Order: sequence, then C-alpha cells, then structure tokens
Amino acid sequence: MAIIKKLKAVKIKQNHLLGIQDISFSEVSEILKQAKTFITLNKSSSKKLDILRGKTQINLFFEPSTRTQSSFELAGKRLGADVMSMNIVNSAIKKGETLIDTAMTLNAMHPDIIVIRHQDSGAPNLLSQKVNCSVINAGDGRREHPTQALLDALTIINRKDKVEGLKIAICGDILHSRVARSNIYLMNMLGAEVNIVAPKTLLPHSIERLGVKAFTDMKKGLDNCDIVMMLRLQNERMHGSFLPSAREYYEFFGLTPDKLKLAKKNALIMHPGPMNRGVEIDTNLADDINRSVIREQVELGVAVRMACLKIFCKKN
Amino acid sequence: MKEKYLTNARIIDPKNDLDEIGGLIIDSKGSIKAAGKKVANGNLPSSADKIDLNKQVLMPGIVDMRVFVGEPGYEYKENFRTLSNAALSGGVTSVVSMPNTSPTIDNVSMVDFLKRRGRDKSKINIFPAATLTKNAEGKQMTEFGLLKRKGIIAFTDGVKTVQDPQVMARIMNFASQSGSLIMQHAEDNILSKDGLINEGEISTRLGLKGIPFLAEKIIVERDLSFLEEYFCKYHISQISSKKTVSVIKKAKKEGKIFTTGVSINNLSLNENDIGDFKTFLKLSPPLRTEDDRLALVESVNDGTIDVIVSDHKPQDEESKRLTFAQAATGATGVETLLPLALELYHNKSIKLKQLIASITSNPAKILGINKGSFDKGNDADLCVVDINKPWVVDKDKLKSKSKNTPIENRKLQGQILKTFVKGELAFERV
Repeated sequence: MAIIKKLKAVKIKQNHLLGIQDISFSEVSEILKQAKTFITLNKSSSKKLDILRGKTQINLFFEPSTRTQSSFELAGKRLGADVMSMNIVNSAIKKGETLIDTAMTLNAMHPDIIVIRHQDSGAPNLLSQKVNCSVINAGDGRREHPTQALLDALTIINRKDKVEGLKIAICGDILHSRVARSNIYLMNMLGAEVNIVAPKTLLPHSIERLGVKAFTDMKKGLDNCDIVMMLRLQNERMHGSFLPSAREYYEFFGLTPDKLKLAKKNALIMHPGPMNRGVEIDTNLADDINRSVIREQVELGVAVRMACLKIFCKKN
Repeated sequence: MKEKYLTNARIIDPKNDLDEIGGLIIDSKGSIKAAGKKVANGNLPSSADKIDLNKQVLMPGIVDMRVFVGEPGYEYKENFRTLSNAALSGGVTSVVSMPNTSPTIDNVSMVDFLKRRGRDKSKINIFPAATLTKNAEGKQMTEFGLLKRKGIIAFTDGVKTVQDPQVMARIMNFASQSGSLIMQHAEDNILSKDGLINEGEISTRLGLKGIPFLAEKIIVERDLSFLEEYFCKYHISQISSKKTVSVIKKAKKEGKIFTTGVSINNLSLNENDIGDFKTFLKLSPPLRTEDDRLALVESVNDGTIDVIVSDHKPQDEESKRLTFAQAATGATGVETLLPLALELYHNKSIKLKQLIASITSNPAKILGINKGSFDKGNDADLCVVDINKPWVVDKDKLKSKSKNTPIENRKLQGQILKTFVKGELAFERV
C-alpha cells in the first residue's frame, strides 16, 4: 500500500474518466485509495450508502456485456444513485440515430453520470464533448477499458501490497484488446515492468513504443513474472487468418501449468473474463484458488467502480 | 472584351522559366498575348486597360487534378456554384472533378449534363473525369473512346481502386489505343479493410484499425508492372508513404514513363495531427508519419512527384460528427491549396518554382490542356498572389459549402488577391 498511503486527499479536476491515458498518478492513487474503503463495505451486510443520493446514472451499453454492466449497476446502486441501464438493441440507435443525437436526448433528462461502452474507439471522448454530465468509459473499441485496469491494479495491490517493481506479463490477443492497452498504461504508471506476449499477428504495430517488451515466446515472456494476465481470445480471430487454429494457439500461447512454472512461484493468474477454458487458459489453473485471482477481480471491480462513480460524478 | 495590361508584377511561370518583374497582356479573346519583362509600362499604348499589380506575384491559374463536387447527388455538400467560388478565392481556375457522384459519371449522357451544369453555374473550368469502370465497381470498363470524344480528358474510379488485376491490365491495354489518361487511387481494399488511419504507433494508441503502407505500395507496384507490358498514360492520383516513393524512384530510373500526385494534406500534416480523434483528419490516403511526410516533400522538390492536388472532398458536418469509425472520409482544400503549399516554400522545404509548377504547368501537361503557363495563345487563367500576407484559417470564412477544413486556425502566409479566368476578373479579395 506504499503508493497509496503517502498521498493525501487529491483534488480531481476532470469530470470524465475516458482512459488511463487521461488521468494522472495522483488521480489513480485517489481512486485506488477510495476503492479500498469500499471493499470492506461490499462484504458487510448493509451495503448501501447515500453518497450519490439524488444522482442519476445512465448505463449506455452499445455492446453486450454482463459483468461490466452489472458491476457498474451495482456500484451506482450501492452509492445510492438512481441507475438506468439502456437497452441499445431496441433503441433508436439501431434505427439510425447517431451517438450525438442519443447523447443530446439523454442530456435533456439531466443525468449526472453516463457510463458508456461502445464498439468504436473514441466514442466516450465524443460523448464527453456533447453532454453536461460526467462520462465514464466502460470500454471503447480497442482503445481503453480504464476501470478494468484499475480493478486489476487493486487486485494486485490487495495481494502483493504494491504494483511498483513487479513484473507483469499480459498475454494473448493484444491487437484487439482495450484491457491490454489500459493495463499497459496503468501498470507502467504504477512502476511495474510490463511484458507483452502474443503471436506476431496479434501484436499491435509499434507496441514497444508504449513502454513494454514484446515476446512471441511465452516461456521467455513469462520468465520471472509476478503476475500473469491472460486475455480472452475471441473465436472470430480464427477466421481472419490471425491464427491457424485454437489447438495451435493453446499449444503455444495458452496458460498451462508447464508454462506457468517459468513465472515466479507465487505468481498470480488474472483474466478479465469471460474465459475460454482450454483456449487461452488451462481449466484447472483458472480455478486454482492458490494462483488464480479471477473471481477476486470481479469482486473488487464493484469497489473500483464505486470509487470512480464517486470521484468523477460532477459536483455542482 | 478589351485588351488588358497587367503591369509591374512579379511574373512566375515555371514552364517558361520566368521569375521576373514585368507585365502580361491579355488579348481581346481572353488569351495570353505576351508575358515577362519585355512587357513594360513604357511600351504599352496609353489607351489600354492597365492594372498595376504593385510587384505582387502573377502566376498561372492553378490546375487542381483532384476535386470532388457534390453534383449530382450530393448537392448539399458542394455544388458547382459553391465550388467555383471556393476555387476562385484559392486561385484555382481549372479542376478535374471526380466521378464518384450519384449517379456515377460513367456514361456519355452524364457528361453532357455535367458540362452544362459546370458551364452554367461556375466560372472556373471544370474537366469532369469519368470512371474507369461501370459504377466504379471495378468490373466492366467504361467507353473510353466515346467518352473521350465527348471531351473527357481523364479516367479514374476516384476514391476507389480497380482491385482485379485482370481488369486493370485490360484497362491499361485498351486505354493505350485511345491515349486516354488513366488515374489510379492506389489502395488494396483487402489490406486496408476497415482501416481508419495509418498503421503505426498512433493507431495502436488510439485503438483504431490501421491502414498499412503496403496497401498503397502493392497497387503501385502491380500497376507499374502492367505498365511495362501495356504502355498507356498512367497517373497515380496520390501517394502517401516513403516506401511508395522508393518504388516510384526506382521505376523512373528504369525509364518507365508515368506521373504521380500527392495531396497537400500529406505534405503538410501527419498522423499526430489526428490528436484526440479529429474526424476532419480522417483522410484517404491516410496521413502517415513525419518520416513519410518528409519523403513526400523531398520528392516534390526533386521532381519525383509531379503534381500537388487539394483532394478537395467536402463533407457536411453531420457526416463528420460521428465516431472516428463512422465518420466520413475527406477534407476540403481547394481554397487553401496554394496558401498551404506556400508554407513549404516559406519554411524552405520546396523551391517556389517547383511548387508552382506542381500546381500549374505539370498538371496541365499531364491533362493536355492549354493552361498552367503563360505560353502565347493560352487561356488567360491567372492569379495574383501576395505570397507573404499572413492570415489565419477560419472555417466560417471559407467559401466551400462544407466546412471540413483540416487546417482550422492554422496560421498561413500567402493569400490570393485576384483571379482571372479567360481574361476576365472572376475574383478579387476586398
């Protein structure tokens, strides 16, 4: 907790959480500090606060999501906000309304927070320019998923006490992953050393420029790591000839006990979910309570989102 | 029309290697009678209609080889009248209009319509390009011979590239017999599929799918291979990357004859300008790295690249106020082509003569039109420019119907004062 403790209350100036790239170290520390207090609350029998009483939170999800959407919904409710989740499948956007028009319509209802997930990178940025309320990015295209990275950091801190000085391997489909990008920025910011492990076809161009070491050999990439973060491999990647087969992928890039041996003995396994067992991760490893913190990630996700909602909700 | 005498001007005419203080005489038919220092105040008849230009630059009217008009089909983006006004305020007197309209310019009847509209609604010279293939679908070639007879001087699928190598080979083979000019937008659709910006660090950071330079290079290489077998008048509309420059240099060294263009945007901006998802900078070809930009600038300077175009592509605000993936591609530019190009002269990247040649005499020569120079008998299309005048781009003051300029608030140096078309004063800045 070293990083968090030494910081005093920080004033957060901006009203939006668009990405890790847009927030500072002190803001990150403040989020993690506050999230920490919510972890205990979430375990208690009375989970409800009134910090956001009277505030309206709209969850605007353009992409299907189970865990992130429910996590944000719970987070808002536990803070006392009125939470509305928009079902985009049946809404006007499907009828050709643009994001801006939707934003203007929602804006007219005076929400305090909009949580947005969108398939296009930069959609939250566009939204934030057009509405008066706070915008929180719940994942945009391949760009960022800041609350996922923050909950990953909190999970690591919870187990390892700090992120600084740790060696973290992020493995899998980096090219299409917003989780990878947000984690690269955040873990770098918090002082970790980040390795990226992926087949060449799933490595983004110039990824080293983001301050990571890239590996195509899992054994080298995992060497001496404290954290092994696996990413979901979407099935459709098999079609665009990114990869020959799930079998080949698992053989070379799936996390197996064999490969995990190269990481540190007490290395933790993380996964943002949903998992493809037997494709990117061995099913027993995923459930290994001594190594896998995958369920803890989900648990702390609510706490982190509560902190983000509390901090970024526009004060007026 | 009365004869006009433009005097006391800095005459720049790259084709005739002129850069001197002198005058220019426009005859009663609107053609150039004489130009240069020999045309001086002293030996002009006193009765003549004289205009003293105070040593400002007098250069041939700009010939812009790549301009999109909204007619027919997209009149709300740009019509002939608004295009004409925009062009004239930028010193552009001739444009080649792209055929990606609705319907597409791919048959003889459309040409008559366009010519009539162009003549009635605009003061500039409009040279409509027709497509290479029916509906620009890349399958069936258009009637090159008949269209040429109707006055079409250039063929291109505009924003599209003929993907099928067989079709392209046949187009080049067939077009060679009528001497038709083939202009290719070089982009392999499979490699660039869903791509939004240059593939590189910026695309990785912004999480936008990249367009690899290979998408361009591979088409240029393919077409230049065809050119060896099927010699025709071949022009690459715009190139964007350093690697393509190398391909072109090599081919020219081998003696292949073809020409190449570049958009002013790729010479003046790079991928970093996209910043926080600025959709006005979503362009095709995409803005690439600073290294690429420098290679393109150098290529204009050494003559590897023949032509600079504005790639003027008006888009209404609605089609740009979307997420980057959904936003329309293209930027306006016909009015700012020269001022933005002059930036490259002021910062000593490109010699003035070379710069002006690339927007006047070079395109005119490729198109085979009697413009772009002060040759005796040419149409007196000209513009007067204060090449040092500082100004700031303000989208609301630009005359194009669409406001999607990629250089809003940019400080430029150089402004057009007067524009003449066929000897008539068509624009004057007040």
